[in-house]
Amino acid sequence: MTVQVDDRLWSAIGDPSRRRVLDLVIGNERVSASWLADQVPFSRQAVSKHLGVLEGAGLVSRQRQGREVLYQVEIDRLDQATREMTELAVQWDRRLVAIKRLAEAAHARAIEEDNQRRNRDD
Amino acid sequence: MTGLNIEREILIEAPADVVWRIITEPEQMSLWFADRVDLVVEPGAHGYLSFGDQGGPVVIETVDPPTLFSFRWNHPRDEVPAAGNSMLVEFRLTPEGDQRTRLQVAERDVEHRDWAEEEKVRYADEHREGWGEFLDRLAGVVSAMSR
Repeated sequence: MTVQVDDRLWSAIGDPSRRRVLDLVIGNERVSASWLADQVPFSRQAVSKHLGVLEGAGLVSRQRQGREVLYQVEIDRLDQATREMTELAVQWDRRLVAIKRLAEAAHARAIEEDNQRRNRDD
Repeated sequence: MTGLNIEREILIEAPADVVWRIITEPEQMSLWFADRVDLVVEPGAHGYLSFGDQGGPVVIETVDPPTLFSFRWNHPRDEVPAAGNSMLVEFRLTPEGDQRTRLQVAERDVEHRDWAEEEKVRYADEHREGWGEFLDRLAGVVSAMSR
């Protein structure tokens, strides 16, 4: 069994600079791209690109307000993202346990074969 | 650390070379990892992991038996995995005596190499939080907003 966080969600949150943008949207409710660009050490263009990816992943949505476009977080999607990523850590734990079982069984088999060989040779 | 990081470890009662084979031989990988593993374990090799009807490409990065094995995955489907668009999975094996191995796995994203050095430093200063803290905080935000 494997949990696959969907690609778009993963690449949206996996990127640290994008996470910075998401953080700012979460912390400030409704914000414009130009306000965001003033808060981060990368260009306005990069901010727009990050917002596009976040919107594509469903993590933020936009609303036009007068002349401005304002971004806000989509709370249900954020909740889903959080749960999926927690599950990812659990998934690695399961894989490590499986590796442990396989390696210990292979090792026990090797010792057993070695003993048999020695007994034959004696 | 500045990224999305998962770090886990386990102690195995077997020598490192045995653990290494379980981690890197495609036949063994299909027992604990993907349902199907199409992979040649060589630095730079491109492969594919299938999980049921899903799956994705991987690119092997480091093969240093029996201590370090790493690959990149989870990049956007139409892109070649590289620093900045993918996750790096690293397996580190540390012998503890001849019969026991500590196995550590980390899944992490990596710094943005296309940034200017001062941007990186500034970013790192502003954003030292690791993956675990980020998750905890998100969960807090979610429950506060749902109320």
